[in-house]
Amino acid sequence: MITIGEVLETNKMILEENLDVRTITMGISLLDCARGTVAETCEMIYAKLMRLAENLVKTGDDIGSEFGVPVINKRISVTPIAIVGAGCCKKPADFVRIAKTLDKAAKKLGVNFIGGYSAIVSKGMTKADALLIRSIPEALAATEHICSSVVVGSTKTGIDMDAVRMMGEIVKATAERTAAKDSLGCAKLVVLCNAPDDNPFMAGAFHGVSEADAIINVGVSGPGVVNHVLKSIRGADFETLCETIKRTAFKITRVGQLVAQEAAKRLGVPFGIIDLSLAPTPAVGDSVADILREIGLEHPGAPGTTAALALLNDQVKKGGVMATSYVGGLSGAFIPVSEDQGMIDAVDAGALTIEKLEAMTCVCSVGLDMIAIPGDTPASAISGIIADEAAIGMVNQKTTAVRVIPVIGKTVGDTVEFGGLLGHAPVMAVNKFSCEAFVSRRGRIPAPIHSFKN
Amino acid sequence: MEKAIITVVGKDAVGILAKTCTYLAEERINILDISQTVVQDYFNMMMIVDLAKSAVPFAKIAQDLSRLAGRLGMEIRIQKSEIFEKMHRV
Repeated sequence: MITIGEVLETNKMILEENLDVRTITMGISLLDCARGTVAETCEMIYAKLMRLAENLVKTGDDIGSEFGVPVINKRISVTPIAIVGAGCCKKPADFVRIAKTLDKAAKKLGVNFIGGYSAIVSKGMTKADALLIRSIPEALAATEHICSSVVVGSTKTGIDMDAVRMMGEIVKATAERTAAKDSLGCAKLVVLCNAPDDNPFMAGAFHGVSEADAIINVGVSGPGVVNHVLKSIRGADFETLCETIKRTAFKITRVGQLVAQEAAKRLGVPFGIIDLSLAPTPAVGDSVADILREIGLEHPGAPGTTAALALLNDQVKKGGVMATSYVGGLSGAFIPVSEDQGMIDAVDAGALTIEKLEAMTCVCSVGLDMIAIPGDTPASAISGIIADEAAIGMVNQKTTAVRVIPVIGKTVGDTVEFGGLLGHAPVMAVNKFSCEAFVSRRGRIPAPIHSFKN
Repeated sequence: MEKAIITVVGKDAVGILAKTCTYLAEERINILDISQTVVQDYFNMMMIVDLAKSAVPFAKIAQDLSRLAGRLGMEIRIQKSEIFEKMHRV
C-alpha cells in the first residue's frame, strides 16, 4: 500500500519542483500520402493528421488531470517531408505549400509544433532534398508551428560537407527572413548528425522511415527534482551523488512511462519510446545548470564542467533505463542556453563560452542548442560550427546538433527575447577567424574508422 | 477496483474529514484507507479510495472536491493511484 510520505513526495515534485511530462509526441508516417500533385498530397496529409491526431491534445490533457501531473506539450512528428514531397514538388515553393498545410493542421489540432520538415542527407542529396532545404527560410517565415531539421552526417556515412556548407547559408537566410522577430525562425531549425528516428523533442523530431504507421513517444523532464534532492545531500561522496541522481531519474522516468502507456492505450496507437531526458525551461528552479552548480561548480563553464555533466548524463540514463520498457530519442541532459536560466546566468557572468559548450556536447545530449550569436556571423562560420558538432557526433557515435540563432542587427552584449519555452538569450561571441577555405571544399568527409579508439 | 488517492492539505480545522467523507459517501466512493500527518502546522491527509461503484466521471469528482476545498480553505487533489505506485514501486 502506498504511504502518505510517498504521496507527499510525488506531489511535492509536481507542485514545487516542476516535475512534468514535457511532451507527448505522436509520430505519424506520411509515406502513404504522396500523390502526383502538390494539391493532392497536401489534401492527403491534412486528412491523415486530422484522423490520427484528432484526440491527441484532449487525451494529453485528460491524462494530465487524472494523474495530477502536467503534460506540457502535445506534438506531432512526421515522415521527413523531403521524402513525402519528392514525387510532386518541383520547386521550393511547392514544399512551402506542404509546410503551410502542416501548419494549418497544427492549428486545427491545437498541437504546439509539428516536426519533420526535414531532409536526411548524411551521405548525399536528392533533387527533392535540395529543394526542401532551399525552401526552409520561406517555410519557417510563413508558418508558426513547423519545426525543420536537416541531418548532415552519421557515424556510418561520414559528413556531407556540401550539405554543411548549404546549411550555414540556410541558417543565415532563415535569420534574415525572420529578422523582424529576432530571427526566431532559426529557433525552429536544427542541423543534426546521427539523428534518431523516434525523437519526441523539437526542433529535431521527425518520424523516421524505420518506424510504424503511428507511434507515441514521450519526453519527460525534471531538472528541478534532481536539483532539489541533491541539495539534501550536499558534500556527499560520488557514490552517494550518483546513486541519488539514479534513484531520482528512475522516479521521473516512471511517470513518463505511465503517461506514455496510458496515452498509447487511449489513442489506440502503439507506445514507442521514452526519451530519458532532463529538459530545462526558463522557469527558475527548472535548470540543468543549477544541477551542475549543486554538484559543485560555481557556474557551468568552470573547469570540471564536462566531467560533472558526463556524470549527470550517465546517471540519468542508468536510473531511467530500468524505469521504462523502451528507451530512445535523444536521452540525456539537455543544455540549451536560452531555455535554461542558469545557463543564461553563466554566460552573463562570463563563465560559459561556445567552445566550452562544444566540449560539453561530447558527453551529453544533444548539441549547441538555442545559442544566439551575432547577426553578422558569416555563413561559413556557421557551417564550421555545424561541421565541428557533426564531427563530434560522427566520431563518438552519438547524436549531435546545432541550433544557433544569428540574430540580425544584434551583437555580443545584446539580449534576445524569444518568449515562452524558448526563453531569452545573451548573444554569445563566435571565434572571428575564418574557415571559409575549409567549408568551401566540395564533397564529404569519409566515415571514421571503428577501431583503434584513442 | 479503480483506486485513486485524495490528498487534503491546509491549516487544520474542525470538520475537514467529516465534510470530505460526506461527499464521498454521497457519490458512492468507498474509502479504503486514511492516514494523516501534520507537517509544519499543515494538516496533510491522504485517503485511498475506490471509484468503481461511483457513477460520477473522474473530472466531475475532481471539480466537486476542488469546490469543497475552496469552502474549507484547504487544497484537495484527487489523482489516479498508478502515478504513485509506478513511481515508488519497482
